[in-house]
Amino acid sequence: MLKQCEGSHAVAEAVALSRPEVICAYPISPQTHIVEGLGEMVKAGDIKNCEYINVESEFAAMSVAIGSSAAGARTYTATASQGLLFMVEAVYNASGLGLPIVMTVANRAIGAPINIWNDHSDSMSQRDCGWIQIFAETNQEAADLHIQAFKLAEELSLPVMVCMDGFILTHAYERVDIPTQEQVDKFLPPYSPRQVLDPAAPVSIGAMVGPEAFSEVRYLAHAKQMQALELIPKIASEFQEIFGRDSGGLVRPYMLEDAETVVIALGSVLGTIKDTIDEMRADGISIGVLGINSFRPFPVSAIRRALSHAKRIVVLEKSLAVGIGGIVATDVRMALDGLDKRIYTVVAGLGGRNITRSSLHRVFRMAMHDQLEALHFLDLEWSIVNKELDRERTTRRSGPIAENILRDLGQTKSNVG
Amino acid sequence: MGHQDVKFYQTGTFTVGNRLLPPEQRSVQSEIERTNSLNCGHRACQGCGEALGARYAIDAAMRATNNQLVAVNATGCLEVFSTPYPETSWQIPWIHSLFGNAAAVATGVAAAAKVRARKAGQQLPEVRVIAQGGDGGTTDIGFGCLSGMFERNDDVLYICYDNQAYMNTGVQRSSATPPAARTATTMPVGEHPGNDWGQGKNVPLIAMAHGIPYVATASVSDLRDLEYKVKKAMSMRGARYIHIFVPCPLGWGSASHDTIKLARLAKETGLFPVFEAEYGEVTNVSKIRQKQPVEAYLRLQRRFAHLFGKKPQVELIARFQAMADQNIHKFGLLGNDKAVVGFPDSEHK
Amino acid sequence: MFQVRIHGRGGQGVVTGAEMLSIAAFLEGRHAQAFPSFGSERTGAPVVAFCRIADKEIRLREPVMEPDALIIQDATLLHQIDVFAGLSADGYVVLNTNHSFEDLGLGDLAKRIRPERLVAVSATDLSLKHVGRNAPNVPLLGAFAAVSGLISLDSVVAAIRDKFSGKVADGNIAAATEAYNIAKAAMEAAHA
Ligand SMILES: Cc1ncc(C[n+]2csc(CCOP(=O)(O)OP(=O)(O)O)c2C)c(N)n1
Ligand code: SF4
Ligand SMILES: [Mg+2]
Repeated sequence: MLKQCEGSHAVAEAVALSRPEVICAYPISPQTHIVEGLGEMVKAGDIKNCEYINVESEFAAMSVAIGSSAAGARTYTATASQGLLFMVEAVYNASGLGLPIVMTVANRAIGAPINIWNDHSDSMSQRDCGWIQIFAETNQEAADLHIQAFKLAEELSLPVMVCMDGFILTHAYERVDIPTQEQVDKFLPPYSPRQVLDPAAPVSIGAMVGPEAFSEVRYLAHAKQMQALELIPKIASEFQEIFGRDSGGLVRPYMLEDAETVVIALGSVLGTIKDTIDEMRADGISIGVLGINSFRPFPVSAIRRALSHAKRIVVLEKSLAVGIGGIVATDVRMALDGLDKRIYTVVAGLGGRNITRSSLHRVFRMAMHDQLEALHFLDLEWSIVNKELDRERTTRRSGPIAENILRDLGQTKSNVG
Repeated sequence: MGHQDVKFYQTGTFTVGNRLLPPEQRSVQSEIERTNSLNCGHRACQGCGEALGARYAIDAAMRATNNQLVAVNATGCLEVFSTPYPETSWQIPWIHSLFGNAAAVATGVAAAAKVRARKAGQQLPEVRVIAQGGDGGTTDIGFGCLSGMFERNDDVLYICYDNQAYMNTGVQRSSATPPAARTATTMPVGEHPGNDWGQGKNVPLIAMAHGIPYVATASVSDLRDLEYKVKKAMSMRGARYIHIFVPCPLGWGSASHDTIKLARLAKETGLFPVFEAEYGEVTNVSKIRQKQPVEAYLRLQRRFAHLFGKKPQVELIARFQAMADQNIHKFGLLGNDKAVVGFPDSEHK
Repeated sequence: MFQVRIHGRGGQGVVTGAEMLSIAAFLEGRHAQAFPSFGSERTGAPVVAFCRIADKEIRLREPVMEPDALIIQDATLLHQIDVFAGLSADGYVVLNTNHSFEDLGLGDLAKRIRPERLVAVSATDLSLKHVGRNAPNVPLLGAFAAVSGLISLDSVVAAIRDKFSGKVADGNIAAATEAYNIAKAAMEAAHA
């Protein structure tokens, strides 16, 4: 049914339709509305046979999830930012144990300095944790991906992180087609675990593995993600058959066929990029965009194929690998190994900095004329940066950087923009 | 007791007219030299109990330590509303690290102070440390670090501002949320509306069970008592804990002007016992002056509105009353009754 | 695409206002996107929310920097932030006040904007009268419907029913309807 609702609400409904059996809830913006919605549905009896647990920390959230998943329950939780980092040890553990937990990460920056706004630092920090990571472009896709995620997780016995832009998606009201229970039941069978704590057939889960087998276990984790490369498009097409919607998959090309310049990005910024590209196309510029839906596993061949005609690539990412530059860009380089293409990294939207069409026009045009540095920080205020660098050069006790900069800014930034 | 009970009943309240007292009995806040540690310009809501409690507590600690104070703050409303860009309301050295680690960060600050003092040939460090957080940062996510700091008896005063939920993120349930209360994660729907009736988690009692030198509860309804307890805590060394009751108009659905009234009712009903304990043993309780029924307290808050709907939940209200009565008994809150809870420690008799 | 920016203060239902506007547009079969200028604002702090309305899918995620309409829920903001930033000469302004534009020092603005696109409604009074609390967001939507003609009063009413129920919904509907009528009359006067 078509509905005008908040992104978080759409996700909560999609999770509810997936018949979860255990939900762990802990507040952290901008994820909280999702678990609040689920809590109300469980309490009101709208989700049957489900335990909703208000835990005392994210570490407990993931730990409870590990227990319930290992005991055979379809398990869901959600978090963001500091919360994801607080649960990290259990996050690695869940994938190491091969437990098909589904978790929403409502992407948000990581502190210090504390910042509640959107970027992709939290998910990116966990890119090697062994979870599958898929990114949503719209709230429709976020809802759809959750339903797909349970299927993907349970078929592979691997946890799946559905990443959606915090606030920009979670708090946006837009049109979402909420599927029916019949459709979801047809698509998603009941959870049939590969391993389960069952007194009728006792197994030990989580044994110590020494040097004689650890590499093999780790390799199998990698092999499973390679299987996911096959499974993700397959599940997306099954989804399309039942729901009539093209959602998910590995990558998403837009205006790519003849494009000389190709932008690569993840998540909701793809919308603004597409609008910008339409405007540039109207000016006769040969440009397109490739959205990456599946970040882990990283679809190396799909990307290589999609970019075969491109002359130059602009990777626009909401994350920063401090000390080298791009995170996504590094992976894209790996995918394009041996091909003669220029690759630009544009770090944008950190900590909620708006990514506007006008700024995109500017950097894309600079890239087109090969006038962009290899690593560019979109809309960076150099005067502020230089002032601080200068202060550090001249004063020993130069003080806390974040506070210095805020003082230099000298004013509360208007809430507009 | 180091402080004189002052009772001016003209206004029907405990409002204290400082000018009627000798200077040494006046509150820290009444002095022109108060430090304004948490200065104006912060962005707390109108009637925020936490802002009020923190201001009194930290100014009193500053006075008690001759301004040699460092504060460590957990993530939460206090941290967020006091540091709006680009200015901070803190006039003291202050650090915010994470949500769940304030007690441990404070241990670190205290350890550094100790080393500095030793190097300077002093026995005890002059610089003192306060850690502070909300109920979520204290009784939930930061509980492990808190217990560790108690157990090692680190020289830190930890202050918990208890507004009974995760307010900063929009009012979700914490382990300090009372039963039946509506929060965003315990909605008043279904068969058992509001928060579940669990076992509760009395962190002041748990702190006492660690046998630390000083544990106290306080309330924004008696700010002189709060100042006195902070001062006393700062006169001691080792791990100390003060748990302050701070109503939150936004999260409780109460009128901004009822903050003090609610705090007072929490005490006068027995729902929030105000007491002091040393080395595990209760040493002093603030007696109930005029016992109030729990209804008087519950009714003023929208988070309990579903108890008083078309079908009043008499049973639940009775259960609250039983809880209050049990506190009154446990802590000896009436007349000459004695507290019956505690962890007596013969060594410190 | 039609873009609306709503200014107000935490606690006045700024975000809910934008959401209801998007629901009203959705109910008329259009695409709509509402979102707040996210922050950790507490009661009383300046808050902004946005709403876009279009006939096709809205992909754009940048904030509204050149609004076609402004809804200002709190006149005290006029002296605090540049609420009119980016507004074009044929934009709409719906302001919650019981003063005149001249009294508020907005005489110049009133000259710049087409008079029939500029309306002041005492939305606070209306919400106090009908709902019993300061929730100017809903009556301002009623006034916006009248001035812009972009959405119908019926859709506003339906959006109110989507968000609220019972007495609160009834009160808000009464407030929105009265604001709609006031704005309609003011417009007709401006045209005359
Ligand atoms: C690891 C982690 N999880 C969650 C959060 C989000 N968070 C920030 S403050 C807060 C609630 C604070 O509640 P409380 O400690 O009771 O303080 P209050 O705001 O009520 O004063 C939460 C959940 C966080 N910052 N870090
Ligand atoms: S939400 Fe509650 S605790 Fe936070 S600032 Fe407002 S009144 Fe204070
Ligand atoms: Mg709290």
